[in-house]
Amino acid sequence: MPTVDLSKSSLRELNQALHDIKPGSNETSWEVVNPKGSHSVAVGVDQPVSVDVRGSVGYYCAGMNNGGTITVHGSAGPGVAENMMSGTVVVKGDASQYAGATGRGGLLVIEGNASSRCGISMKGINIVVHGNIGHMSAFMAQSGSLVVLGDAGDALGDSIYEAKLFVRGKVKSLGADCVKKKMHPKHIERLQKLLDAAGVKDVKPEEFTRYGSARTLYNFNIDNADAY
Amino acid sequence: MCGIVGLFLKDKSLEPKLGEMLSEMLITMTDRGPDSAGIAIYGSGETKKSKITIQSADPEQDFAGLTKDLAGKIGGAPEVVVKSTHAVIEVPTDKVAEAREAILELRPSVRIMGVGEVIEIFKEVGLPAEVVKRFDLTKMSGTHGIGHTRMATESAVTTMGAHPFSTGPDECLVHNGSLSNHNNVRRELKHDGMTFETENDTEVAAAYISNKMAHGDNLGQALEKTLTDLDGFFTFVVGTKNGFGVVRDPIACKPAVMAETDQYVAFGSEYRALANLPGIENARVWEPEPAKVYFWEH
Repeated sequence: MPTVDLSKSSLRELNQALHDIKPGSNETSWEVVNPKGSHSVAVGVDQPVSVDVRGSVGYYCAGMNNGGTITVHGSAGPGVAENMMSGTVVVKGDASQYAGATGRGGLLVIEGNASSRCGISMKGINIVVHGNIGHMSAFMAQSGSLVVLGDAGDALGDSIYEAKLFVRGKVKSLGADCVKKKMHPKHIERLQKLLDAAGVKDVKPEEFTRYGSARTLYNFNIDNADAY
Repeated sequence: MCGIVGLFLKDKSLEPKLGEMLSEMLITMTDRGPDSAGIAIYGSGETKKSKITIQSADPEQDFAGLTKDLAGKIGGAPEVVVKSTHAVIEVPTDKVAEAREAILELRPSVRIMGVGEVIEIFKEVGLPAEVVKRFDLTKMSGTHGIGHTRMATESAVTTMGAHPFSTGPDECLVHNGSLSNHNNVRRELKHDGMTFETENDTEVAAAYISNKMAHGDNLGQALEKTLTDLDGFFTFVVGTKNGFGVVRDPIACKPAVMAETDQYVAFGSEYRALANLPGIENARVWEPEPAKVYFWEH
């Protein structure tokens, strides 16, 4: 198993080594030690390899991940798994602002809390947060699911499109055009699959409330013309 | 951008290492702010004595013979310690106002960086590592300290535009962000007798807090009021003689991480700044909540 020590190797060496992995390579399990809050750790992985990061990372860890399984055994700074395409990113600790922002696919699991703007402009990624999320989460979220086992902060789902939000705890306030919705059997089924994929046990989909778009902001309303 | 670091020690045995720890944290934040850097250190002070930190563009000229000249004006034996472009002058606390006036009269071109019983402030343009070396910051000891690396947005890259800003005795503030209503607030504070050295937005925030505290607020109350009266983006870290406070605006897009152990409370714009502190592996590490005031006092 290749181990990269970031106190000895540069970030460029690590990321280049990850980018140089050829399809079918036997080097499928990587370890990164001494990250000490480094930025952009394991960004742009595009092979189905696993990367275990032993410690806390800074900005943009696992950004643009495409098929990798990246686990941060610590906390992550702003923009973890930003624009993920596919694969899995797991943060064992907390995540800072805009976790999973603009993600197009894959699964992001945060075992601690996520701060503000979690899932902002998400476009297909699934995000499961074991703890709480901060304000302005799922702002303009387009598709995918955001599952929160704890509470959500202010202005959840402001100007949301078709992403599905499931919150088990309290929501401090909903953003513009975001409303509480009924849980249908297909939502229960979808949520159960996500909880299973995220390794969540002893929590039932029925404990969650679904939120989504009221679809009143989709089209320009002539009655609002005076407001501009 | 900009980088902030802060360290408030609970364990007295770490006090001789404050300068060394804070300097390392500051240098780690170089790429957030390579324009200029500054540090405020709360050291030990003799009772009934105060320190006046001054800065000069021409230290050789301005600091030569200053001890004697000042003694001639205010009497006694003021102590002047020169460190590069700065000098720390120790005078009896009841002579501070007189000494301040005398210094500006004797050396009209010097600038007063800070005044207080324990605070010393050093700031200059240049890379943080150069600033640390210039003032020999690693050798300083103290109870708490705050540092800043600046990437300028609101005003010019000058020594006076560097942080920390000190606008009251033993008070200082550093800021990451930008304020949009600073001109108005500055005008209101001027009406209330506050004076300003620069056109900088952060100096207004510092003066705002000093003004509230001069009107009887404690640090926590003054920080609470910034949330309603100051408009813009901010993460503030504030030091007082025996306290250390943090507040972020309600949008909270300027980053902040804190760590607390039995030995210290630490602040960093990023976790990188905290990564080499003793016992960080087992520290409580968290992101301060938006619009929530945190403060600690000795």
